[in-house]
Amino acid sequence: MSGLHRNGPARVAIYTCLIAMALVVLGPLYVMVITSLKHMNEISTGNILALPHVPTIAPWLVSAHKLSAGFFNSVKILIPSVIISIAVGAIAGYALQFWRLPGSNLLVLILLIGAFIPYAVFIYPMVRILAFFGLFGTLAGIVIVHTTFGLPVMTILFKNFYSSLPIELFKAARIDGAGFWRIFASIIFPMSTPIVIVAVILQVTGIWNDFLLGLVFAGRDNMPMTVELNNIVTTTTGTRFYNQDMAATILTAAVPLLVYLLSGRWFVRGITAGAVKG
Amino acid sequence: MMKLWLRRHLSALVALSPALLIVLVVYVGCTIWSVRISLTDSHILPSDHYVGLHNYVRLLNTDRWNTSVGNLVFFGFMFIIASLVIGTLMAILMDQRIKGEALFRTIYLYPLAMSFIVTGLIWEWILQPTLGIQKMMRNFGFAHFHFDWINHSSTVLYTVAMAAVWQASGLVMAIMLAGLRGVDDEIWKAARIEGISPVRTYASIVLPMLGGAIATVTVLLALTVVRLFDLIIAMTGGGPGNASEVPAKFIYDYLFDHQDIGLATAASTLMLGFVLLFIGPWQIWQWRRDVKGAAR
Repeated sequence: MSGLHRNGPARVAIYTCLIAMALVVLGPLYVMVITSLKHMNEISTGNILALPHVPTIAPWLVSAHKLSAGFFNSVKILIPSVIISIAVGAIAGYALQFWRLPGSNLLVLILLIGAFIPYAVFIYPMVRILAFFGLFGTLAGIVIVHTTFGLPVMTILFKNFYSSLPIELFKAARIDGAGFWRIFASIIFPMSTPIVIVAVILQVTGIWNDFLLGLVFAGRDNMPMTVELNNIVTTTTGTRFYNQDMAATILTAAVPLLVYLLSGRWFVRGITAGAVKG
Repeated sequence: MMKLWLRRHLSALVALSPALLIVLVVYVGCTIWSVRISLTDSHILPSDHYVGLHNYVRLLNTDRWNTSVGNLVFFGFMFIIASLVIGTLMAILMDQRIKGEALFRTIYLYPLAMSFIVTGLIWEWILQPTLGIQKMMRNFGFAHFHFDWINHSSTVLYTVAMAAVWQASGLVMAIMLAGLRGVDDEIWKAARIEGISPVRTYASIVLPMLGGAIATVTVLLALTVVRLFDLIIAMTGGGPGNASEVPAKFIYDYLFDHQDIGLATAASTLMLGFVLLFIGPWQIWQWRRDVKGAAR
């Protein structure tokens, strides 16, 4: 922290820059919200930045109706995917950090690299494997896919967190004769709350915002909200109802935005923790 | 001895089995399978007939692929450099003991919580001349104001980069700010005593100390570049023409629309090679440092 500019014109310049950047970042959201509250004739004739003369919530009602199936599909995908991917990652991180199995370092290396392999490499073989087991285009299938692609970051996140815990805790429990699951359930997991919160934030926003995996693997009956939104907006022919489209877009962004606003500094911790490795 | 070890570690092996299965089947198995298909004459279905590098030759003679790669490189450089510069500036300004830091942080980071589909749609509207910025400026009385980059093949990639930078610079800010906060106050005191200006202190002392943070951010931004797909779908659909096509979309289209899986897997193998070439050494370096650090 430099804190060198205590007073004077430099301070004014700093705040001017900060506020200008904040306006640029907020601008698109502002335009979306006010446009979604306008009638179509006001959108085509009026200024994009002007507040609505006659506000209407009709576009919101239409969009909420159109997107409700997508919303519930996303919820159906989200809940099991988040729970299973975190459980698998937490247990794997614990096993890798404390139990030192042969080859575990190699496993970590594959995960570190695997986190960066483009999805495109896996898509076709995974479609075939899931189809072979009759899981392609099913809810179970997309949950498996999210668990698979969440594995590297989740495992490394938990492993790094566990590496910061004092190993003496683990050693004392071993000497007392506690086994793998006992140590996890009564010592390690109860200490994991902070990293579980971080993992939940990362996975909820990541899985909710996913488009490609849902598009390929979820199947017609489970299309997540992002895919439905894109279908509604980009494939509609004829007159475009921008107010409805923008309301639909805000509705799709609402869940992760809410998670973001409620989690505050945890979100920052999440992205920086996820950023350190993997 | 072996039996005792196995009994003690059996639970650990069982617990690790889902992760092990995923790594073996997907991260190793699917990768090898994908590379193998690229060496066969597979079209709609995988075939066992090897044709060597035929698909790669075909790929490199496909204009759309070459355009896609060129677009990605061009976009990638613009996006990474602009995000780094803007995000670092944000972080430096945030580091001046300002009031309302939490509020600014919340504002700068919110785009990161949104899907690239959402970002793409928002920016498509804002950049559409008949709806967004051009119309706004004309409403303000600049009757000849012209801004239709999104509709021209020579400028469309700038608009995609704009949207991506808008979403990602908050990430750079958060990581760089964490780095700046980790810089020892003694360094600032010393620089002040020496009479070095704050700008110079940042440029030649503080930022070079943040090499690790910059590398981390660059890797993360590069990952966004390689995966670029959703944003293109929502914003431009790859157009106008092929002007904003990217490799991930090329692969998707050749897998599912053109049903030419030989060509698609050749493309994905090239992407894999590219990623391994750049990310591999970096991750191996980190991994080795960790393995050494863990050997206590």
